[in-house]
Amino acid sequence: MSRHQLDARRLLCPMPVIRTQDRIAELVRGDILEVHATDPGALNDIGAWCRINGHRVLEARDDAGEILMVLEVGGD
Amino acid sequence: MSAPRKALALISGGLDSLLAARVVQEQGIHVEGVNFYTGFCVEGHTHAIRKQDRAKPKRNNALWVAEQLGIKLHIVDIVDEYKDIVLNPKHGYGANMNPCLDCKIFMVHKAQEWIDKHGFDFIITGEVIGQRPMSQRKDTMPVVADESGAGDRLLRPLCARNLPETLPEREGWVDRDRLYDFSGRGRKPQMALAAQFGFEDYAAPAGGCCFLTDENYSHKLADLWQARGERRYELDDIMLLKVGRHLRPRPYFKMIISREEGESRFLEGYRRQFRHLRTISHMGPLALIDGSRFDEADVALAARLLARFSQGRTAPEVEVEYVDETGMARTFNVAPMSPAEIPKDWYL
Ligand code: SF4
Repeated sequence: MSRHQLDARRLLCPMPVIRTQDRIAELVRGDILEVHATDPGALNDIGAWCRINGHRVLEARDDAGEILMVLEVGGD
Repeated sequence: MSAPRKALALISGGLDSLLAARVVQEQGIHVEGVNFYTGFCVEGHTHAIRKQDRAKPKRNNALWVAEQLGIKLHIVDIVDEYKDIVLNPKHGYGANMNPCLDCKIFMVHKAQEWIDKHGFDFIITGEVIGQRPMSQRKDTMPVVADESGAGDRLLRPLCARNLPETLPEREGWVDRDRLYDFSGRGRKPQMALAAQFGFEDYAAPAGGCCFLTDENYSHKLADLWQARGERRYELDDIMLLKVGRHLRPRPYFKMIISREEGESRFLEGYRRQFRHLRTISHMGPLALIDGSRFDEADVALAARLLARFSQGRTAPEVEVEYVDETGMARTFNVAPMSPAEIPKDWYL
């Protein structure tokens, strides 16, 4: 299991989701990905994307517009 | 028991693609979705940018549809490849800058590449004959199938019974009798089917799924090309066309002026790339200058115009800060322009 970072700040939806998706494709089950974003839509969209693709959202925070999502790679 | 057949559904986020995918799922087919991001999609952006929209819950409709269906969704960034479709559509444009037929062909072609790579059997779209004036006509439906390379692996479950049999029907993977024969612009059959499946709260049916069908947006895009003397764009260009007021006081420069706080914050992200102006003495917007030339007289003109959109619009003078292309800032006072001084055709 390893921990990774993704900077998706200043990108507008759905780019943060696409970057998250493409990054997770390179990771393995159990890896952790921290996504930093600024588009408020990312909270919902990355959350929804994780639910339908079988990944877990461990943490989701919006600190005055700085969004942090901690994801655990699942799926097949 | 043999493994189920697999289909890839083009998911736009609208009702038709939702229904098409569900109809096929009901027949025991394993369905996954694909959503193509062109940069022109209406989804999200403007809502994310404008402050008054920030409080409302936002959702990406394609993801929402996938969740309703319980399917995986693959979002594919086609921003770069899509430029050629917008710039050189073989089949031309619709009422505005929308190259719908070429767009459909391209997306189905990308879907065909995807199913080849991932071992899927066929492609589903939510197209309905006669629903859209350009891409969804009886005579253009075969064009999409042929030119995309998908051929008879392209199934349109909502209108399949009005079309020749496709491979999934011939092979018995799906039962043609349980597909539909919708046609025309009406939305009633779709709404009835949605009710039957228990779908509620779906995105507004039909209409354009992208900004290229919008008259004002298309006008701004045409203006951009004309001013630059060439037809090309970057993702930032087409994003900026969605934000703020655009005014072109001179052929060689235009101003992008924020309309509220959310837009100001968004435009601030572009400060390093553009000359810009803001009001100092009064609350007001931020303006980016997009142009090939910007002389001293233009600085004064732009400053007066900007002051007109600030809270100092009726004051005798407004202090403005101008930051040039090297990042050098200076401030000065100007008299705000009166509305009568602003020709209508400056507004894009
Ligand atoms: S409306 Fe836009 S996305 Fe939809 S088919 Fe036409 S060009 Fe393509």
